[in-house]
Amino acid sequence: MSTLTPKRVKQPRWRRVPKRNYALLGIIVSLSVFPFYWMFVVASNTNAEISKSPPSLIPGGRFLIVARKVLSAQGVYFNSALLNTFIVGISIALAQVIFSAIAGFAFAKLDFKGRKGLILFVIGTMMLPSQLGIIPLFMLVKNLHMVDTLYGLIVPALITAFGVFWMRQIIDAQIPNELLEAASIDGASVPRIFFRIVLPIVRQSGFVLGLFAFLAAWNDYLWPTIVLQSPKHFTLQVALTQLKPMYGLDYGLQMGGAFLATAPLLILFIFVGRKLVTGVMDGAVKG
Amino acid sequence: MMSQIAERERKKALSPWKSKSTNSSSSKAKKAVQFPGVKSLNGKWGYLYVAPFVAMFAIFGLAPVVYSVYISFFHWDPLGTSTFTGFRNFNNLLHDSDLWLALRNTFSIWALSTFPQMFMAIGLANVLRNTRLRGKSFFRTILLVPNITSVIAITIVFSQLFGRDFGIINDILGWAGFGHHIDFIEGVIPSHIQIATMITWRWIGYNTLIFLASMLAIPNELFESSSVDGATKWQQFRYVTLPQLKNTITFVLIVGTIGGLQVFAEPQQLAADGGSSKQFLTLTLFLYNQAFVNNKYGYAAAIGIFITFIVLIISAVNFVITRKISNDGTR
Repeated sequence: MSTLTPKRVKQPRWRRVPKRNYALLGIIVSLSVFPFYWMFVVASNTNAEISKSPPSLIPGGRFLIVARKVLSAQGVYFNSALLNTFIVGISIALAQVIFSAIAGFAFAKLDFKGRKGLILFVIGTMMLPSQLGIIPLFMLVKNLHMVDTLYGLIVPALITAFGVFWMRQIIDAQIPNELLEAASIDGASVPRIFFRIVLPIVRQSGFVLGLFAFLAAWNDYLWPTIVLQSPKHFTLQVALTQLKPMYGLDYGLQMGGAFLATAPLLILFIFVGRKLVTGVMDGAVKG
Repeated sequence: MMSQIAERERKKALSPWKSKSTNSSSSKAKKAVQFPGVKSLNGKWGYLYVAPFVAMFAIFGLAPVVYSVYISFFHWDPLGTSTFTGFRNFNNLLHDSDLWLALRNTFSIWALSTFPQMFMAIGLANVLRNTRLRGKSFFRTILLVPNITSVIAITIVFSQLFGRDFGIINDILGWAGFGHHIDFIEGVIPSHIQIATMITWRWIGYNTLIFLASMLAIPNELFESSSVDGATKWQQFRYVTLPQLKNTITFVLIVGTIGGLQVFAEPQQLAADGGSSKQFLTLTLFLYNQAFVNNKYGYAAAIGIFITFIVLIISAVNFVITRKISNDGTR
């Protein structure tokens, strides 16, 4: 380290915020938001406005026209895609929270034979990349007659090893053994303890798990594009790929679709954004 | 997002010793290893409670993996008959130039998206760490916005921004003095830069929050004492902050690597067949095309196993590095 000369310290140096830091953050915020803004700009302007140099950077007046074009595009069922995506996302989120809480509770708090071995085994298999099993999974879904149905997306995702671990860690960290011991000495049965004590305590964390599961399902593309075949059953992500510009560089339709598919998430984010931030950062500190 | 957190949870569970160095409560780490249950609860309920998970996991998680290994030894035709061919799929795969191209592309996109992003994320986290910063919560939340959006929508926007003739990025490069327009589709490195930019944009906020969280866990006294000693900001960052981030850096690197091996939607959207010089052919796109376009299930299963080997090798390297770092920490 170079020489450190002592200095008079009024306010600790590391606490002061230079103006340029705000400027930097301002730039980062703009870059984070710009692509969403740009979706809207392209979707609401004519192709000529976007193609000139420099392009128009302010929204035009065509958004409703483009939106209508997206919703009525030949062979693209945007409305049903929206509905399908909601159904899949909510089903997966609910199922994962409930089943993960049940199994996570057992792994965290119940003593049964083989618990440790089972949990270590499952952790071990979590190392395997998801691509490894994807072909047999498709064959399985096909044999179960779930290809080209929403069941094909929902059923394999009902319970995941990840969700169970998340809830196991949460229950382990948030609920002291003494609390459950006291309840059981008072005569509460295991199911009663689970529903009356455990679930209310982990409700918040369960909600965050549900959010992550919902977002993952909403944005998933690889698996839906394998399972779904007819446009009426598509989820939003697959439907979006149908809007590719067919003639030259007309991005308006595609950008309009992208904006419509993203808008629900942006609205959701206004309400849950801070919860997600906490979820991400909490996990990081615990790790 | 899911896969990142899954990886984090997995690492957490696999390496309880790691929390010793970062967490003050080493008893917590011990607890994770011993799995104590609540003694007065009837453990038999456990079988019932884990039954749905075990059943579903066996059917949809484990069985496909085992079966994948099985079919990789076959010339597997989903429509006609399948014949056992031993190691032929693997032999053909290793002699397939597409595999090595895909490996090259995957690696190139990974490097271009991981390292610049990590430097920027650490820098940003260092700015956000300041407790005097106004609008902290606002900045943190906005940073996560890119992370919630779909890869498809992002690819649509960025491919327009990166357009050769009318894209803003080429406009800006033009004003900055680059005379000719860069083709971010046909050029190999430019095409990788395009995809890496999408990945960076999507994940930088998330990783910033991860770095921020571990910076906030550094005791304030370290900064205060170094500040009294007159350390410059750079010296504080270099000698106080950075050494405390070792574990997080390893973590972000590994998660980035596993994510990098799964890059699929962006290249598939830009060129479903991998592009004119196969510049977009990533490992997962290669697998997808062999399986679901060419119907070569056995061959594609072999690609999956190849990807798995890469993951295992990287995990092993990570394991060694992590051990080395934690040994360094105790000296």
